[in-house]
Amino acid sequence: MATTCERREFLLKLLQLPCSAVLLSVCGPLPLFADEKKEGYDAGEHYYGMGIQVDKCIGCGRCAEACKAENDVLRQPYYFRTWVERYVVYGDGEVTVDSPEGGIHGFSAAQSDREVLRSFFVPKLCNHCDNPPCVQVCPVGATFKSVDGVVLVDKDYCIGCRYCIQACPYGARYLDPRTKTADKCTFCYHRITKGLLPACVEVCPTQARVFGELKAMSSPLRRLMRMSNLQVLKPYLNTEPKVLYSELDREVR
Amino acid sequence: MDELFKQLAESLSQVSGFIYPNEAELHWALLIVIYPYITGLVAGAFILASLEKVFKVKEVEPTYRLAMLTALAFLIVAPMPLLAHLGHPERSFEIFLTPHFKSAMAMFGFVYAWYLMVVLLLEIWFEYRADVVKWSESQKGWRGLAYRLISLGSSDISPKAVAFDQKAVHTITLIGIPSAFLLHGYVGFIFGSVKANPWWSSVLMPIVFLCSAIVSGIALVLLLYYFTTLVRRKTPEMSCLDKLASFLLYALIVDLSLETLDFIHRLYESEESIKILSELIFSKLFLSLTIVQILLGTIGPILLLAITRFSRLPEELKRVGYFIAALLVQVGIFSTRWNVVIGGQLFSKSLRGLTVYKMQLVGAEGLLTGIGFLILPFLILFLLVKLLPPWQESRSS
Repeated sequence: MATTCERREFLLKLLQLPCSAVLLSVCGPLPLFADEKKEGYDAGEHYYGMGIQVDKCIGCGRCAEACKAENDVLRQPYYFRTWVERYVVYGDGEVTVDSPEGGIHGFSAAQSDREVLRSFFVPKLCNHCDNPPCVQVCPVGATFKSVDGVVLVDKDYCIGCRYCIQACPYGARYLDPRTKTADKCTFCYHRITKGLLPACVEVCPTQARVFGELKAMSSPLRRLMRMSNLQVLKPYLNTEPKVLYSELDREVR
Repeated sequence: MDELFKQLAESLSQVSGFIYPNEAELHWALLIVIYPYITGLVAGAFILASLEKVFKVKEVEPTYRLAMLTALAFLIVAPMPLLAHLGHPERSFEIFLTPHFKSAMAMFGFVYAWYLMVVLLLEIWFEYRADVVKWSESQKGWRGLAYRLISLGSSDISPKAVAFDQKAVHTITLIGIPSAFLLHGYVGFIFGSVKANPWWSSVLMPIVFLCSAIVSGIALVLLLYYFTTLVRRKTPEMSCLDKLASFLLYALIVDLSLETLDFIHRLYESEESIKILSELIFSKLFLSLTIVQILLGTIGPILLLAITRFSRLPEELKRVGYFIAALLVQVGIFSTRWNVVIGGQLFSKSLRGLTVYKMQLVGAEGLLTGIGFLILPFLILFLLVKLLPPWQESRSS
């Protein structure tokens, strides 16, 4: 008899365990979520990306300037969250690329008598990859992909090992010497969570940069995705960038 | 910070071609060269030590305990350059507390702890236990106390207990060999798995690392064995040196073959990066790769070892030959690490330009710090040898 009783008690306890776990998971964190909702931003409702229309960029560098001002990026020309590259393809097939001070002061005219086949500007920034190698390699999880698809760095958690900088194929990361932690473009997270545009998009005089929702049915980015043939940088690395380029030249890496 | 900006401005002025603006700073410098060099020595020394225990190579027996202590001394130092290199060393414990399991680097702490605690310390303890018990009885003062502490309260030195010790050492060595492979293969994986970097990204990287680790470990134990016997005014056992030289020669040949395979494979596949990598090899890395690593550090010792080992030279001359070959191997393997770590950062990921690395003399990542980290294991080894003499004549049994 005693054994039956014990068995019954045991089975009851076994049943209680998952029940309480379910209850906890349903009720427990509810107040936490409620607090988040009060702030008015629900990361789950967004999935961000950026479109860049290469043929519209005039290389004025306002984006790089605005980014530095908005995000308190060091002024020295070794730290950029976004920058502009100029490609010049000569008649003989030679390609030169430059980005003096990240293109922040624009570009001086090319001093050459050689025949130029084509020339264009390419704005660069963190690609906020869907399969980000930087996030994969971070030993402590200080860099992560948020629910809305933005790749961020927790500078209070980063140990400064710089593995993420090595792992980024696009040179989009740097070590901020002030905090000794990794830093990069956040799509101006402090702005976009308030419904504003990233600073670089805001100031672009030609609307070469299109920021918005990747998944929403009606968004400027969605429209660009419908109308243009979009490509990404280094697609063979399977990083699945969310920065999409239209009219991207094959010389761009 | 001003100093850093000045350095970066200077580096930028020496860039050829185009680099991404954020690439002006070279992120993994001298200390990260030293880290794989040191772990390689640990793994190599341990694998050599295991030859005697598992594969019963009796000739290398005189080096067994020395090799184990060498591995321990270097393993103690191994994480130090990493720690010194971190932007926030005080947060390094987060790797243990909240490891990101998808990160290759997050496993470092666990691989390291496993190797230190389970393999090296345990094996050394069992190997020395009987001697330590006897020393604790015969020695007085702080030395006696130290031995009593090390013995962890064990006092049984009956033949049965000693036989158990030997069995334990054998078992730990069996676990230790794959662990040593793991330790250094893993370091190779940290580099080999970075797909963004064509100079690093190679499936062969862990294997090449491992092979060069074995080479450097054997060479180091050979140097230490030769040096310590001379200091103690003894004659090194020629059969031991011959065996070490043979193993060093074979390991070097395998290492060179793998490196050549890697080279030919890259050349034959001729991927997008081949142009910039060729430029790198023939300009920035010409001295450290072609001259130091390949000619001086690999082909030179192979020829020297082959000639000295298999010719009828007087013993004294043979020993000098082995010694020089082992020294050259150390220089070669150090430059191997240099060429991997620094070489992999001297070209832009845009594959359109080369940058430079200017080593500083002082400072956290400076030359002096680096030399300090290279000398420290020898100081620790000196203390270990004083405490746990590895010489055959010191054995109490």
